[in-house]
Amino acid sequence: MAAPTTPAEIGGIGHSVQRKEDARLIEGQGNFLDDIDLPDTLHMAILRSPLAHARINGIDSSAATAIDGVLAVVTGDLMDQHGLAWMPTLSGDTQAVLATDKVRYQGQEVAAVIATDPYIATDALEHIVVDYEELPPITTPQQSLEEGAALIRDEKEGQTDNLAYTWETGDQGATEEAFAQADRVVTLETHYPRSHPAPLETCGIVADVNSVTGQATIYMTSQAPHAHRTLFAMVAGLPEQNIRIVSPDIGGGFGNKVPIYPGYVVATAASLLIGQPVKWVESRTENLISTGFARDYYMKGELAVTDEGRILGLRVDMLSDQGAFYSDAQPTQFRAGLFHVVTGSYDFPAAHINCKGAFTNKAPGGVAYRCSFRITEASYLIERLVQTAAYEVGIDPAEMRLKNFIQPEQFPYETATGFVYDSGDYPTALRTAMNEVGYEDLRREQAEARAEGRLIGIGIAHFTEAVGAGPSRTYDIAGLKMIDSAELRVHPTGKAILKLGVKTQGQGHETTFAQIVAEVLGIPANDIKVEHGDTDHTPYGLGTYASRSTPVGGAATAVVARKLAEKSKKIAAHLLEAADEDIELASGVFSVAGSPDRSVTIQDVALAAYTNLPEGMEYGLEDVTYYDPPNLTYPYGSYIVVVEVDPDTGVWEVQRMVALDDCGVRINPMIVEGQICGGLTEGFAMSAMQWITFDDDGNCIGANFMDYLVPTAWETPRFELLATEVPSPHHPIGAKGVGESATVGSPAAFVNAVIDAVAHLGVRNIDMPVLPDRVWAAIDAAV
Amino acid sequence: MEITITINGSDHASDVEPRTLLVDHIRRTVGLTGTHVGCDTTSCGACTVLMDGKPVKACTVLAAQADGTEVTTVEGLKTADGLHPIQSAFTDDHGLQCGFCTPGMMLVGASLIAENADPSDDEVRWAISGNLCRCTGYINIVKAIQTAAARVAESSNGS
Repeated sequence: MAAPTTPAEIGGIGHSVQRKEDARLIEGQGNFLDDIDLPDTLHMAILRSPLAHARINGIDSSAATAIDGVLAVVTGDLMDQHGLAWMPTLSGDTQAVLATDKVRYQGQEVAAVIATDPYIATDALEHIVVDYEELPPITTPQQSLEEGAALIRDEKEGQTDNLAYTWETGDQGATEEAFAQADRVVTLETHYPRSHPAPLETCGIVADVNSVTGQATIYMTSQAPHAHRTLFAMVAGLPEQNIRIVSPDIGGGFGNKVPIYPGYVVATAASLLIGQPVKWVESRTENLISTGFARDYYMKGELAVTDEGRILGLRVDMLSDQGAFYSDAQPTQFRAGLFHVVTGSYDFPAAHINCKGAFTNKAPGGVAYRCSFRITEASYLIERLVQTAAYEVGIDPAEMRLKNFIQPEQFPYETATGFVYDSGDYPTALRTAMNEVGYEDLRREQAEARAEGRLIGIGIAHFTEAVGAGPSRTYDIAGLKMIDSAELRVHPTGKAILKLGVKTQGQGHETTFAQIVAEVLGIPANDIKVEHGDTDHTPYGLGTYASRSTPVGGAATAVVARKLAEKSKKIAAHLLEAADEDIELASGVFSVAGSPDRSVTIQDVALAAYTNLPEGMEYGLEDVTYYDPPNLTYPYGSYIVVVEVDPDTGVWEVQRMVALDDCGVRINPMIVEGQICGGLTEGFAMSAMQWITFDDDGNCIGANFMDYLVPTAWETPRFELLATEVPSPHHPIGAKGVGESATVGSPAAFVNAVIDAVAHLGVRNIDMPVLPDRVWAAIDAAV
Repeated sequence: MEITITINGSDHASDVEPRTLLVDHIRRTVGLTGTHVGCDTTSCGACTVLMDGKPVKACTVLAAQADGTEVTTVEGLKTADGLHPIQSAFTDDHGLQCGFCTPGMMLVGASLIAENADPSDDEVRWAISGNLCRCTGYINIVKAIQTAAARVAESSNGS
């Protein structure tokens, strides 16, 4: 790790500065959505479909409306009168706001009660009578695409089957050629199950529309407040200058708080119609059954390999379960997100990726759950596939990777699917992790244990992510280019305020982004207030997800600080009566080259910016930057997991987890490591226990935290963290982003470890979550 | 029905519906919003408060059941002497990220170290196993609780 260049009291890049946001959070003084209590607030509760597929023949809300305290029952018909029964999704589909014709999944929004009290609103739901005519549900994408399957999206013009999209990329001809050259073809078919981000705070809104002024102040659990403002303007037809989105403290997002949900639209419409604030906060069950699921990819990967273990090409067929509406939050031109990063960390010339998605009678979503648009699925597939190939070829899985890695001197490296990886040293990363875990010794111990009837497994994953979307030439969401912004104002006393287009949900932006400014200008990080989340008070941006805050918003912050440094140098030159080009800036001190005793501080310069300027210069020390990144950034890591599997029960326990991450320059190592530990836990969760599944009737299994298992401190393994630091060459401070790396990279490491324990029996796949009964069944089938 | 609960040292008398949950009473009637709701099924622990010194999940306790008890919420951890050791330890050891689970985690931690001056890693993990965190992976929460325990032990040895 590079040593910090600023002293600790300035707290620039590389210092583990304590977090500024903690002070309010440890005293219970945070301001989360449900804490917002405006005068005369009404409360909304949503009636949801108990059935996965049914026609609605009628809704009788008269009894509910008659309840004391109920102001209105909103149905799809009422929304339809205002043109709001349907809304666009982030993938160009439409989604029902309140059902008018059919319900297409269990938990779908059917009606909403607006009442003076949340208990009354919930009570009233019981009094709404819906006449449903049951239709057969389709609960798998395979069923959905069968000839003659019932049409789920019968309302959609031109839709004659249940296909949601198709997408392919790569070079099919070159890939066929590579397969023709191969000594063998290694195949892995696996399912990355449906999961849910389940941040501890559910989603919610307080919509406050003033019917006189037309001002709509919308407090919302939003990872992307500016984009949401524009989408609200487009969908609801409200003038954008009258919409103010305020995203307050957010209790975790992980992708769940990127989409606009039907509840937001209904609450806003209700506030507009009634003229009072309307609050809606999801219950946990609503959160799990209706908002933003992730994954659900059925993947078949094939590797063309030589007998020496050299990879020649990759072929992937993927089928995604989209639920009832195609609503992936993803860049427009990529129908399966950035899944085509599936070539991973390896140097081979040919790949062909074929994707299709199917509608089913399940909740829509397809959010990027702590990942950059389907990269988690891609990383999982290639790392499982390479491990499988190692077994088939008969070489060690680590050796297989080292043999095929992109080499440090090959960067920038263009992959077979068109990504241009910026930088990396993969062999050093893997070897460092192997040394730390004692890889050779572990392989010996594994052999000895096996002789005693014990099952030890060693799983490796070496992932490469593509994050920080992204360059405007390629990346947009709903037509909005994926740039981001920072506005910096230095006040006369030398203190500053930084305003961001991105929005923290716990990542610590208020601390780390101040550190970037501290690094450039030498203003102590603690003297810099960071404002974000309020669209009236911050510059435009696409928000925080896909690990884009540091790569895009962080870059904007560095660039705007450098702009002010340039102006500051001119002011310093004026104060020091020196030439502009002779001024040097280090840790907040401007000095004259060759005469270090002649100096002024950034605080002196800040005052001068409002009091004593060179002739002709404009007053003030503030600026704004919109940053359009030239490329994505490509963080990577080498993870090694050691497990012991009980052959009699299939229960597995993690003995060790060594995680090496290279995210380029680390702004705040403490926060980086905190994010990695959190991400590893979510990766462990998906590999071991966390999934949303459905019975044949389309009932969601996993509708509360008793059925949807997220790990507690008791189950969570201990982690050993390592780091290397290869900077991104194109990012202004060399940072790559890290918030999602561990969730992307670690599931394959955990699963590979379990497979490795039983691979000698011939087991090649156990689908996630790797539940003990699945392990036991795999062993039982193999022996 | 009429109830009186002593919350963070102050008596709060109110007329509540019998079905009112303690967490709703604390948040909406008393106006202390540091206690959070994460699941409403007793699973996540975000709503944890101390009732007569013991952690309870306030989403599955009726306000009526708390009548006559002393309740401590996150807002009651700080005293005239300053932050509770558990609060400063959570900051020092980076035991929080989004901060939503933090009030519950700190109250469970405070309760643990009041009974066990030197809890082991496993003892802390068991104590907080009714509280979910989606951000930290628990490692720094465990560390913070142990740091707080050590600081409390140190200051009581010194006094």
